[in-house]
Amino acid sequence: MSKKDTENLKDVVNQAIDSQQVVHVKLKDIGQKDVDIDKLTRPSKETHQEYWGRGLSYLAIGLIILLVGSIIGFVGIHGLATFFRDHVNLWQFLSSTDWDPTSGPNHVGALVMIVTSFLVTLLSALVATPFAVAVALFMTEYASKKAASFLQSIIELLVGIPSVVYGFLGLTLVVPVIRAIFGGTGFGILAGMLVLFVMVLPTITSLTVDALNAVPKHFRQASAALGATHWQTIARVVLKVATPRILTAVIFGMARAFGEALAVQMVIGNAVLMPYNLVTPSSTLTSQLTTQIGNTVMGTLANNALWSLALLLLVMSLFFNILVRMIGKKGAK
Amino acid sequence: MTKIITTKAVRLKYGNSEALHGIDLDFEAKQLTTLIGPSGCGKSTFLRCLNRMNDDIPNVHISGDIKFEGHDIYTNKTDLVALRKEVGMVFQQPTPFPFSVFDNVAFGLRLARIKDKALIEERVIESLKQAAIWNETKDVLNRNAQRFSGGQQQRICIARALAVRPKVVLLDEPTSALDPISSAEVEQTLIQLKRQYTFIMVTHNLQQASRISDQTAFFMNGDLIESGATEKMFIKPKRQMTNDYLNGRFG
Repeated sequence: MSKKDTENLKDVVNQAIDSQQVVHVKLKDIGQKDVDIDKLTRPSKETHQEYWGRGLSYLAIGLIILLVGSIIGFVGIHGLATFFRDHVNLWQFLSSTDWDPTSGPNHVGALVMIVTSFLVTLLSALVATPFAVAVALFMTEYASKKAASFLQSIIELLVGIPSVVYGFLGLTLVVPVIRAIFGGTGFGILAGMLVLFVMVLPTITSLTVDALNAVPKHFRQASAALGATHWQTIARVVLKVATPRILTAVIFGMARAFGEALAVQMVIGNAVLMPYNLVTPSSTLTSQLTTQIGNTVMGTLANNALWSLALLLLVMSLFFNILVRMIGKKGAK
Repeated sequence: MTKIITTKAVRLKYGNSEALHGIDLDFEAKQLTTLIGPSGCGKSTFLRCLNRMNDDIPNVHISGDIKFEGHDIYTNKTDLVALRKEVGMVFQQPTPFPFSVFDNVAFGLRLARIKDKALIEERVIESLKQAAIWNETKDVLNRNAQRFSGGQQQRICIARALAVRPKVVLLDEPTSALDPISSAEVEQTLIQLKRQYTFIMVTHNLQQASRISDQTAFFMNGDLIESGATEKMFIKPKRQMTNDYLNGRFG
């Protein structure tokens, strides 16, 4: 290194030190007297807001937990009273078709309602699913944006129609048609299933649309690049990838069908008779509850037996929820 | 040497803005050609023209002449399915389907309605070996392909593309989403395969282009600036613009 270079280097270093010193001086200027010790040792306004916000949300959560807990507790206490206070046999409750709680503890068998509830639920989901998947596929894969949003608003409209309207329509349109074709009264599982089919269709459809939209676009591209047609891509990639979420959609639909009371009650016939075919009157758990709750006195066996039905509904909805979670977990793997 | 893909005056418009201003570029068979250039220069867009992946994008208008083995691929009669079996593609993000490794690689074969299980198995194994991923997958062919590392996933995707025995494989920045070790694995795979297939690769990595490609084409603002043998271009580019780009003066 020549002498001149060394000189230059020194200059550069000195300049650097100078610029550092400026910073140094500035730091010194802040000084101790400028720092408000009071502020440092006491929580600020923002910190207080933090406590408040957190406290409020804990309070809300606590209230909701309390609410859910007391609902489960109340239904549980009354529902289980049938078995513990009135000494109804649990097995008999689940397996007997003799439902006449006013006649004593030996006549509390809910099998008819259980079977009918499951039948209308399964059948309506079974019929609705292919339609829902087809509509969802059309909306996500084939329809233009305009058509898709038009269909979307129709589906939202279907969700928004009160169940009593569906029941009324079923009573006026579906029941007479069934009566004309199959004879009998027209009330029964078939009518219930058809009404529920329309009611769960939008639920399953909109959730299936979400499921299909959640399939990453690059899967479709990769499939197309391998020479797949649009339909092959749908059948072999999109539906396969979306299956867990579509199943979740179906289960949500089933949960809705299982819990639907009013519309079903209007078309099912409400006779506690074992459904040996689809066109004789029967009764679901929910329809039995809505029709009978006014005819019983709190604390009697007849009333407790209805609470047991309610408990069964609660347990079933819990079961549906667990099923959804299990499928979700399996899909995530 | 034979030209496997030839393009003439290829123009592409997204709506009103033109992204490619007339590209003339031919590709030699069984060579690895890289397309380089700054972001947004149209190299990926051009690549996607070669197997008509741009068709799915709304408002795209393509004109010009693109021929695969002498046949115009933009006629009304062109069968996209058949074209894409000959001209495969590997994307920037590894895109294995969430199925087993075996089902992933067999996907294209099953699309082609090959029912012979022995043949499918043979092809899958062969393709995994070609893509240099066989040793890592041979004991776990039933494992979900998404549970492998990024580099392994990308090589599974290469195996999947090779399984249908395409003549050309388009690679759209196949290593840019991967860490250096995984990239090196993929590069190694490509070097081993480039005498058997025609590869056309878009890359931002100039070192990668110089390491593995036979031919290079330099794109800039929707124009092809220069193309030719990689070695020549990197050592003595014909155009000043190419020289500047290769030396990192812009881009």
